[in-house]
Amino acid sequence: MSRGIRRRFIFSTLGFAGVALAVILGAPLVGSTSIDLRRVFDSSIPVSENVDAQIFFVARLPRSLAGALVGATLASAGVIFQGLLRNPLATPFTLGISSGAALGAMLAITFGWSFAIAGITAVPLSSFAGSIGAVAIVYWLSVARQRGLSTSVLLLAGVTLNAFISALILFVQYFADFAETFRTLRWLMGDLDVSSFRPIVVALPLAVVAFAMFAMLPRALNLLSLGPDSAAARGVDIVRAQRTAFFSASLATGAAVSVGGPIGFVGIIVPHLVRLLVGSDHRIVLPASAFFGAAFLVACDTIARTIMAPVELPVGVITAVLGGPFFLWLLVRR
Amino acid sequence: MTMRTRPRLWVSLRFCVFAFTLWSAFSITSASQQPDTHPARIISLIPATTEMLFAIGAAPQVVAVGSFDAHPPEVQSLPRVGALLDPDVERILSLKPDLVIVYGTQLDLRQQLERAGIQQFSYKHGGLAGVTATIRALGARIGRVQEAERVATDIESRLTSIRRRMAGRPRPKTVLVFGRDRMSLQGIFASGGVGFLNDMLQTAGGDNVFADVKRESVQATSELILARSPDVILELRSSIDPDQAAAERAVWDTLAAVPAVRTGRVHMLADPSLMVPGPRVAHATELIAGALHSRSRGEGGGRGDGFNAELAENAKKRFEKPFASSALKSSLRPQPTSASEGR
Repeated sequence: MSRGIRRRFIFSTLGFAGVALAVILGAPLVGSTSIDLRRVFDSSIPVSENVDAQIFFVARLPRSLAGALVGATLASAGVIFQGLLRNPLATPFTLGISSGAALGAMLAITFGWSFAIAGITAVPLSSFAGSIGAVAIVYWLSVARQRGLSTSVLLLAGVTLNAFISALILFVQYFADFAETFRTLRWLMGDLDVSSFRPIVVALPLAVVAFAMFAMLPRALNLLSLGPDSAAARGVDIVRAQRTAFFSASLATGAAVSVGGPIGFVGIIVPHLVRLLVGSDHRIVLPASAFFGAAFLVACDTIARTIMAPVELPVGVITAVLGGPFFLWLLVRR
Repeated sequence: MTMRTRPRLWVSLRFCVFAFTLWSAFSITSASQQPDTHPARIISLIPATTEMLFAIGAAPQVVAVGSFDAHPPEVQSLPRVGALLDPDVERILSLKPDLVIVYGTQLDLRQQLERAGIQQFSYKHGGLAGVTATIRALGARIGRVQEAERVATDIESRLTSIRRRMAGRPRPKTVLVFGRDRMSLQGIFASGGVGFLNDMLQTAGGDNVFADVKRESVQATSELILARSPDVILELRSSIDPDQAAAERAVWDTLAAVPAVRTGRVHMLADPSLMVPGPRVAHATELIAGALHSRSRGEGGGRGDGFNAELAENAKKRFEKPFASSALKSSLRPQPTSASEGR
C-alpha cells in the first residue's frame, strides 16, 4: 500500500467507523416509549422491576446490534458480489441465497417446526440451512461444465434458481392457513426485533469468518475489475479468488438473513454510495461499506420503529423506499 | 368558452341520466332475482358462516364447505371447494348451488357467480355485534328466521351474563396474542382495538393494552409489550401440544419486568373456537374470562401453570386433522375439466 492510499484508508475507515458507532449507540436511546437513562443504569433496582432497563437491554440494544451486524454483512457481501460478478447491479440476493433462506423459513413457519439448537429456533436455523442449500446448488452448477468458476453460469444459475425457489415458496404457502401466510409475508419484509443477544452471538462467528476471508480479497477484486485475463497476467489466482469471494459473501449473506430476514437494497445502495464518496478501490470501499452498512440499517430500523409508533413498519419497507429510487437512478445514469 | 362548455355539460348530463337508468335497471333485476323459495343447495366458504349455518339448523341445505372449515364434525363428510384465496369455481358451479356464501373481498369469485346467475351472500369479519347480526341476516336469507333469532339471542344473553359477572371486578390490562414464532419472542401479533378478539376480551372483563390502535392486529415488539406493561398475557391457539405449552410459556420469562410475567399470569389458551367469529363466540369468551380471572397458581413461590390441560385435550380431539392435509386432498382430487369431458 502506498502512503497516499494508506492515509485515505485510515481516514475513510475511521470516519465511517465513527459514524457507525454513533448511530449504533444512539439508536437505543430513541424509541416509541421514552425511557429514563438514569433508571436504565441504576443497579439498585432489581432487573425484574426495572422496565426502562429491560426496554434498553432486551428490546433496543440487541436490536441495534442485530441491525449493525446484518447491515455490515449485507453491505460488504454486496461489494464482494459486485466485484465477483463484475456487475454493478449485483446484490447479495442475486444468486438465490435469499430465496433459499426464505424457503427454509416458510417451511418452518407453515408447518410449525419447533426444534431448537443452542437456543436458536427453527425459523432462523431453517433459513440458514436453506441459504446453504441454494449456495451449494449454484456452486455445483457453475463448476459442473468446466474447471474453475464461470461467473456467467453463476449469474444465470442464480437468477434461475431464484425463480424456481420462488415458485416452491408459493407452493408451500398454499398449505399455510391465513395467519401463517401473513406471518411468512411479514418475515420476507425483514425484522430485527430479536429480543435477545443470542441470535447475534451465534451469527457473529460466521460473520467473523466471512470478514476474515473478505480481508484477503480487495487486491484480487481490484485486478478482476480489469478483466479476468489481465488479472491472471498480474499473478492473481483467479479461480481461488472467485471461490473465496463466492463462499465468504454467501456465508455472510446466509448469516445475515437468518438474523434479520431478507432485508433488501442494503447490499446495493450502500456500496454505491460509498463508492461515490471514496472512489472504487476495494481496499477502501470494503471496510467503509461494512461500517456504513451498519449505520444505514440501524438508522432505517430506527425510522421504522418510531415513525408510526406504536405501529411499527417493517424495516425492509424503509430500505426499499430509500433504495428503490436510488437503484433506478443508478440504472438510468449508466 | 360557453360554446365549448355547453356540449360538454349536455354530454355529462346525458351520461348521468344514462347511468341512472342503468343503475335502476340493475337494481330492479337484482330485486327480481330475489327468489320466493329459500335456497336448498348452499355452499359456504368461510369457517364462521359454515358454523352459523349448522347452528341455525341448515345442515340439510349445505352441499359443500371451504377447505379450512372444521366445525361441526358433520362438515368432514362434505365436499371441499377451496377457500378465501383459492375458491375452486369449477367445482362450485358443478355442485349447482343456489346460494354461495363468499367473503366480501372475493371479487373474482363474486363476478363469476354473478355471470352464472347464482345468488350470493357476502360476508366480512367484524366485531362481536357483527356475529349475531350475520346470524340473523343469514337466517332471514335462507328462511330460518326463528332458529337464527334463537341462536343469536342465546349468544347475546350469554355475553350479557358474562359482562354482568365481570362488572365490578378489577379489569386486568391484557395483551391478547394470536400469533408468534415458535419458541421465540419474534413475530408477535396481538389484537388491536377493533375486531371480535378485542370485543371478546372487553366482554370477558379485560382491558386491551392496544385499545388505542384502531386496527385488528398489532405487531407487538418486545419494547411495546414492556412499555404497555400488561397484567395478563393471554395467548390464543387453536391447538397446542400439552408438552409444548410449558416451554412456550417460559419463552416470555425474558421480559421479566412485565407484570404478567412477574406474577405468573401468562396463559396459553388452546381451543379451536377461539379464532372463529361464529356461533361459538360466547363459549370462547367464557374461556377467555376464565383465563383472565383465574387466580395465578404461582402466587407465593412457583410459577402458575396457567394452561388448561383439559382444554388442550378437547382441542386435540376436535382438531386432529391439520388444515393442510384437507387442503392438499381437495387440491389433488382429480377434477373433471371441460377438455377431458369432451374427449
